[in-house]
Amino acid sequence: MTQYDGKVVISLNVNGEVFEVAVRPADILLDVLREQLGLTAAKPGCLNGDCGACTIVVDGLPAKSCLMLAVEAEGHAIETVEGLGGVAAAQRAFVDGNAFQCGYCTSGFLMVCHSLKAQYPTVPEEYIIEEWLQSNICRCTSYNEIRKAVYMMYE
Amino acid sequence: MIPFNFTYCRPSTEKEAADAFAAHESEGKTPLYYAGGSEIITMCRTRSISPGCVIDIKNIPNLNLLSVDGNHLIIGTANTLTKICQSKLFPLLKLACGRIADHTNQCRITLGGNICGSIIYRETVLPLLLSDADITLFGPNGGRSASVESIFRRRLARNQNEMITQVRIPIWALDARHAHIKKTANEKIDYPLISVAALWKGETLRVAFSGLCSYPFRSKEIESVLNDRAKSIEERAQRASELLPEQAYNDSVASSEYRLFVLKNTLEKLLEGWENDSI
Repeated sequence: MTQYDGKVVISLNVNGEVFEVAVRPADILLDVLREQLGLTAAKPGCLNGDCGACTIVVDGLPAKSCLMLAVEAEGHAIETVEGLGGVAAAQRAFVDGNAFQCGYCTSGFLMVCHSLKAQYPTVPEEYIIEEWLQSNICRCTSYNEIRKAVYMMYE
Repeated sequence: MIPFNFTYCRPSTEKEAADAFAAHESEGKTPLYYAGGSEIITMCRTRSISPGCVIDIKNIPNLNLLSVDGNHLIIGTANTLTKICQSKLFPLLKLACGRIADHTNQCRITLGGNICGSIIYRETVLPLLLSDADITLFGPNGGRSASVESIFRRRLARNQNEMITQVRIPIWALDARHAHIKKTANEKIDYPLISVAALWKGETLRVAFSGLCSYPFRSKEIESVLNDRAKSIEERAQRASELLPEQAYNDSVASSEYRLFVLKNTLEKLLEGWENDSI
């Protein structure tokens, strides 16, 4: 059985690279990504799992990094917007479709869309797109543009 | 940030988990079993709870089973709502899981977490109450099983040192006629104003509710009224709404009166769907 007390060094696989980080078992993954690895794309928003600004991808599925302990991420493949390299279909579609205003929610939406494309290589039914997008909030209300960007991502 | 420290344990068997619980409890550490973690992290962040130890049970193999074995579907309680939906093995449970929180959170929330969580709705319990499901628990004294109907009274009656490991659903329920209706006050993703789950065993309708009272429940009195097909749909819905086990829930989202209004309309729709075979 693995047991961690106090500060421990763990390995995290983030964007294909392995990093060693010193964490408390109570540290949330969002804070470790931002403060120890300097990966600031995932944003702190509600810190409650509601807004989706902190969304990353874990083992191919979206996850809210404010609701995951860093120690839980050991042995899993983590992706953040930094790992998309500016060339992912979701990123191109968001730029081409002007699918953002202030941009604070954009990283989270991008990771949801990136995971959607990986899970559904061809355009899924409308209700599936709606289900996935409902996990995130855009307070600038760019929802129409974001939805259009999802379809552009598949072109 | 969680503003205090705790010990983190990741056991690989139920026994290791129960032993860890007992050991940390004896040290006065107030341990908690942990799986998806969304509710526990949120409550720790606000200091609503402050466990000295979290025991992460989601990697235990028996808690990840999801298969039909003989006459039962076995679902390990560490399965996420997404995995249960994707399996499509129990359509009514799929519908209930698909309306809890949002899609991203469904990838983390586990069946066990939803059943044992502190939020009152616990919507995955409804299909279990209707399908004569059993639940297995494991603690320092070993394992035990009980019917969900007998052990879920307002909430799951378990000892703090027991984890729930599996639910077993009789296969008759997997392809039985069913319906799931969830009404929310505003957004589609929200806690339920009311959720109604319906399952037919043969020609007999069974119903369970969440959001309507301060706990999920199945009512055989209500079922008896709803199955009296000699009476009109309106009469049955009205009479059923008078048989709640406590006053309809009253909060800032909706008054008791409004919830009863929604209940009657929802039951009428359910019964109409039954009558005209659209369910």
